[in-house]
Amino acid sequence: MKINIQRESVVTYEVNMEGATLLEVLNEIKRAQDPSLAYSSGCRSGVCGSCAVRVNGREVLACSHNAKDGDLVEPLRNTPILRDLVVDMEKAYSFNAKAKAWQSSLADNIELSEENQQINELQSDCILCASCYSACPVYAVNEEFLGPFSLTRVWRYVSDKRESDPKEKIDVAQTNGVWDCTLCNECTLVCPQGISSKADIEKLRSKSSMFGYMDPSFSNFGGGFNDGSPVF
Amino acid sequence: MKSRVVVVGAGGAGLVAALNAHQNGAEVVLVTKEYPTRSQTCMAQGGINAVLNETDGDSVELHIQNTLKSANALADESAVSYMCQEAPKAVAWLDSIGVPFSRTPNSKIAQRKLGGAYGARACYAQDYTGLKILHTLYDRCLAEGIEILNERYLLELLTEPEQSGKKYIRGVSLLNKRSGEVEILEASSVILATGGYSRVYNTYSTNSLSSTGDGIAAALRAGARVSDMEFVQFHPTALKGSSILISESARGAGGHLLNSKGERFVDELLPRDEVSKAIHDEIAKGENIYLDIRHLGVEFIEKELPQEAKLAKLYENVDPADDLIPIKPAAHYTMGGIEVDSNSSTSIEGLFAAGECANHRVHGANRLGGNSLLEIVVFGKEAGINAAKYAKNATKDEAILEAKELSENEIAEIKRYANEISFYEKQAILGEIFYKNVGIKRDKGALQEALKEVQEMKSSLPKMGVSDKTKEYNTNLIEFLEFKNMLTVAETILLSAISRQESRGAHFRVDFPATDKKFRAHTIVDAEGVVSYEN
Repeated sequence: MKINIQRESVVTYEVNMEGATLLEVLNEIKRAQDPSLAYSSGCRSGVCGSCAVRVNGREVLACSHNAKDGDLVEPLRNTPILRDLVVDMEKAYSFNAKAKAWQSSLADNIELSEENQQINELQSDCILCASCYSACPVYAVNEEFLGPFSLTRVWRYVSDKRESDPKEKIDVAQTNGVWDCTLCNECTLVCPQGISSKADIEKLRSKSSMFGYMDPSFSNFGGGFNDGSPVF
Repeated sequence: MKSRVVVVGAGGAGLVAALNAHQNGAEVVLVTKEYPTRSQTCMAQGGINAVLNETDGDSVELHIQNTLKSANALADESAVSYMCQEAPKAVAWLDSIGVPFSRTPNSKIAQRKLGGAYGARACYAQDYTGLKILHTLYDRCLAEGIEILNERYLLELLTEPEQSGKKYIRGVSLLNKRSGEVEILEASSVILATGGYSRVYNTYSTNSLSSTGDGIAAALRAGARVSDMEFVQFHPTALKGSSILISESARGAGGHLLNSKGERFVDELLPRDEVSKAIHDEIAKGENIYLDIRHLGVEFIEKELPQEAKLAKLYENVDPADDLIPIKPAAHYTMGGIEVDSNSSTSIEGLFAAGECANHRVHGANRLGGNSLLEIVVFGKEAGINAAKYAKNATKDEAILEAKELSENEIAEIKRYANEISFYEKQAILGEIFYKNVGIKRDKGALQEALKEVQEMKSSLPKMGVSDKTKEYNTNLIEFLEFKNMLTVAETILLSAISRQESRGAHFRVDFPATDKKFRAHTIVDAEGVVSYEN
């Protein structure tokens, strides 16, 4: 089986493995053929989010992808490449802090029902693998977009009954946030956890409306005003 | 660097420690060799033990008793009592910061029964308890503005001798994985929260690839003591080829264990050590062992065990609704670690430890399911508070000068190693030997053979080295440093296991099958490899 890996240029490795995961193939290449190959991995079972890469143009977890002859493996997009398949996640993760993706204050003695809890059950399955971040086309035009996983995380906390100040987060999500998404759904298609950031962003938009915000692209019509955010 | 606390390791224990040190007035820097959310805690899904009400017959006292029983008389009763009494507060705190615990129809935190427990006392967040606790703690650290340095590999703990002869901590030296530069972080106190050492068993471990015992090895080099290193818990049901964990919930839900003849051979709900032993014996007879959940039905499997089904398909190419799942026991949790007192303080002043890398003497010879997540919250907090207190009163403030050069020289030296032998191959051999000789059943001869092998590997390290000499993001170098640490840890496991001439919990000696009162004590190993016992 031939596996093509995007390093400084595309390098083809030949491995004699059938039915193996891509991570097992990478491990074998590193062990027996080329110890200089750099990639990230951890749990091998799809929960640590370390080994997200692109295979044939689509984001996958290397530990959850059956390697096939001819696969082209590339690093995630929208992030600086550190080496080979390893990307620098600092900026991507920094959007969690920019978006205030946390619970504002400690919540004591708030009773949560089963329904309350199930509202954000799926969103809190996020493993921060950044597949969605890599697949998101908005970064091509706006590098400061808060992005799919951060906004999903905001929805997780905003929708939680324990959050005392949801408005603060909605306020923050107005700039480079919910209105900058094109609703193209690429994030949803690649999420290994079945989360739809697109749907979460739509929920945040409707929440924004409840707090009196409007889609800025409507207010732009005819005004010639351009605040730098893309209009689609 | 007055009042600065450096926390090394950003799993559950490290994040809790950082939060508490920060809240107690320290300037906190959290360093991790990956990113916080990638740590081992994300894999602990079963639950976190806490008796939240005593109405159904369960009680804190029973939690204490169950823990002590599982520990095979090797846990510290006061530490266990403290942990179990703090458990409801720990869960309430996690709930207050936004952990999405599953709820009952009566709006209570849902709880389930795990092995060895009197009642349903493990609080869970669907089948992602560890993941959701870890991520919520991470978000909390961001909310508090705690400084996090990602992708820094711990090289050494920097200490100075005191006039009394005791050492005190001065900081840490780190390898910045991205730049390849050595960095020195001065600190008044340091908390190690670097996780366990199951990867010594290489592919025979359910753990993340990064559970290599780096903090434990560094602590030993700095002169700290480690204890109870021989106690390694094996999980009965890891996938045969990959050692990927199939959760205990599969057996809890009624899954059977079968041998090649299709016979059941053990009560599947016995404690982990006993089930693992039974499987081990069957495999020794030449049997293949399978987990059978077919009778639970497609619908149940899809709803209750979706992750397990996915992993069995991916790694063993079987559909558990129709096929048997090939399994084997694999190293899962390491009870031993850096010796700490009730303040989470090590034998080096200003050095604290928490989580799986530390031994708070609460798990003894065999950990009770649901107590590992509890331990990281309860003792992570203690370590954070005490390290902040220590840092506030620390008077020493002179700069560390020579440490950077020492570490740089050492890395340069490694890059000059001959690289005649592949350490990856030796690592595979180490795993094989440990699984075979230092696994579920051990005897003197096998242990001594393993020790000889480990010592040979240690002495031939200069013939191994790295073939990648690059500075930036050199994972070949990091993996070599990890392998070196694993050999250090491996030696302490073996010295302890050879010395403990009895069987207790996870440590089963074929040549000493009975539990011996004489060994009702903790095994201590110091930096020189001297073994002693203490209570």
